[in-house]
Amino acid sequence: MSEPIVSTKTNIAVWLTLLVLTGVTAGVAFVDLGPLNTIVALVIATFKALLVVLIFMHVKYTSEKLVKVVVISAVFFLLLLLGLSLADYTTRLLM
Amino acid sequence: MATAALTAERENYLNQEYGIKSWLLTVDHKRIALLYLLSITFFFFIGGFFALLIRLELLTPAGDLVQADTYNKLFTMHGQVMVFFFLIPSIPAVLGNFLVPLMIGAKDLAFPRINLLSWYLYIIAGVLMLHCMLTGGVDTGWTFYTPFSTAFSNTKVIEAGLAIFISGFSSILTGLNFVVTIHRMRAPGMTWNRLPLFIWAHYATSIIQLLGTPVIAVTLVLVVLERALHLGIFDPTRGGDPLLFQHLFWFYSHPAVYIMILPAMGVVTEIVPCFARKRIFGYQFVAMSSIGIAVLGFLVWAHHMFVAGISLYAALIFSALSYLVAVPSAIKVFNWTATMYKGSITFSTPMLYAFGFVGLFTMGGLTGLFLAALGIDVHVTDTYFVIAHFHYIMVGGAVMGYLGGMHFWWPKISGRMYPESLGRLAALIVFLGFNLTFFPQFILGYLGMPRRYWQYPPEFQVLNVLSTAGSTILAVGYLLPMVYFLWSMRYGKVAPDNPWGASGLEWMTPSPPPTFNFDAPPVVDWEAYDYEHIPAPQEARSGG
Ligand code: HEM
Ligand SMILES: [Cu+2]
Repeated sequence: MSEPIVSTKTNIAVWLTLLVLTGVTAGVAFVDLGPLNTIVALVIATFKALLVVLIFMHVKYTSEKLVKVVVISAVFFLLLLLGLSLADYTTRLLM
Repeated sequence: MATAALTAERENYLNQEYGIKSWLLTVDHKRIALLYLLSITFFFFIGGFFALLIRLELLTPAGDLVQADTYNKLFTMHGQVMVFFFLIPSIPAVLGNFLVPLMIGAKDLAFPRINLLSWYLYIIAGVLMLHCMLTGGVDTGWTFYTPFSTAFSNTKVIEAGLAIFISGFSSILTGLNFVVTIHRMRAPGMTWNRLPLFIWAHYATSIIQLLGTPVIAVTLVLVVLERALHLGIFDPTRGGDPLLFQHLFWFYSHPAVYIMILPAMGVVTEIVPCFARKRIFGYQFVAMSSIGIAVLGFLVWAHHMFVAGISLYAALIFSALSYLVAVPSAIKVFNWTATMYKGSITFSTPMLYAFGFVGLFTMGGLTGLFLAALGIDVHVTDTYFVIAHFHYIMVGGAVMGYLGGMHFWWPKISGRMYPESLGRLAALIVFLGFNLTFFPQFILGYLGMPRRYWQYPPEFQVLNVLSTAGSTILAVGYLLPMVYFLWSMRYGKVAPDNPWGASGLEWMTPSPPPTFNFDAPPVVDWEAYDYEHIPAPQEARSGG
């Protein structure tokens, strides 16, 4: 087996960051920020997802086209899920 | 004689090693395919057993064989077992596993050990599901709808959810393996445009498995968490939305119906040119329609929710998109038909299944279009019309394709021929039994018989009796191949390398193939389905 691409140190640092951010998300939930609550939670969640994809899943360290295609299509299908569901949620009140 | 014939047999993947360990620890894709074959056949029996009990209960209008609660469990577990433990793995994990490397000229899949892992995950999931069924079962319907599943059902929802969660990972790993294999392991000269269309179909299927299955996994975890910890995601009193569950569930489960049908389309696309002795009509169109189905299949899910309370505007969008997905399916049907046109057709067993597939899939697909029309759907949703629709596709289409494929490649898999006349008889019985079982259900549904009830008004009895009678005929049709396949392993004629005179690399290596598939690495310098230049079928030798 070849050398691991990501050092153990980086891995642990990322893991700790993820834990801290989870704490922050939980903490912020107790502060009333109005509509900002959701936005803050989503921003943190997106950042955490990025960390996982880029570092834990090694996407940052690869130049493979296939990997990029996979990542882009995954994001695209996630947007489909969100977008088409919103087609329902945003128009329910119009009825 | 028998032993002489056997010892004269050359070394192949079946006789290279013996003993249970050589099977349970194998990383040979062909052996893993056989492990899957045994396991999914087992679950097919279990699912079939539930089905027969359901049909027996519906023989009479009164709820006299089982109680309402038991009936709810029967149709739930029938659906879960058939969908997640039989149909989704069926063609990809058995025929796909066996054939993908052979067809592209590779020694094995890209990740042989992950392939074995996926089988073990399937087995763990299966054991959990069995345990769940033996200790009380589930009654939510295979769809796990909230709030019933999260707040009211007092059956083993969590266990069943986890079993399906785990089986999902088995499916993801198979898809992953196929995608990487098809990209990376093709033999020299095997360009994308020379790939057998079976491979294109599996490529499209794998995309759905990779992109869709994680969503059902997360959704089932949310159901489990909601049930155990009352998170509130699907609970309106806590700001959640029960329809969110349906959105997430169908985001996977509509594409999942294409996980079941696309591989069967791939099988039929191999069978039709072979027994019509003609090049496939419109190679590019067939290939691209597989990809089209995979992508468009993700855009239609809310057609399962038309009466659930989604906004009318969303319903309109999803209705229109559902019509779109029928286009690539229709392209395939036209291409198969055009391939047969002026071909020299032989009515061999696999071809009979292919005919059955084309006709029944078309009926299933067209009734899908009825259901995608908002006005008609309001009338027939949650009736037997829907049941008939999807059984025409999943049983009439996918299972027929699976059986056709099993017959087509059985000589390659086992090295033996099955008895052809019995094969044709079984195909005929399956076709007749199938139609007798499910056609009456279209009428029942249209007349208003709802699905998922154990009793019904007496005026529906005649059609229900027909349906139950059909299901026993169908059962005979399914048992026959199992019996003669087993018989053929010992007594069948020894299969030549290419008994059908078929195109494709898998027919250019011995039957059964050696462990590493080819004696010399193949190089491809011809186009797919070149039936003008393919030698006639080879004769089978009578074996011991
Ligand atoms: C030609 C494309 C198709 C269209 C337009 C279509 C349309 C529909 C619609 C609108 C429904 C919902 C009916 C209702 O609940 O009121 C439905 C149900 C269903 N369809 Fe299709 N369908 C198509 C192809 C397929 C295929 C290929 C499969 C399977 C391989 C399939 C399997 C199912 C299943 C399992 C259900 C019922 C799910 C349940 O409620 O338990 N359909 N279809
Ligand atoms: Cu659907």
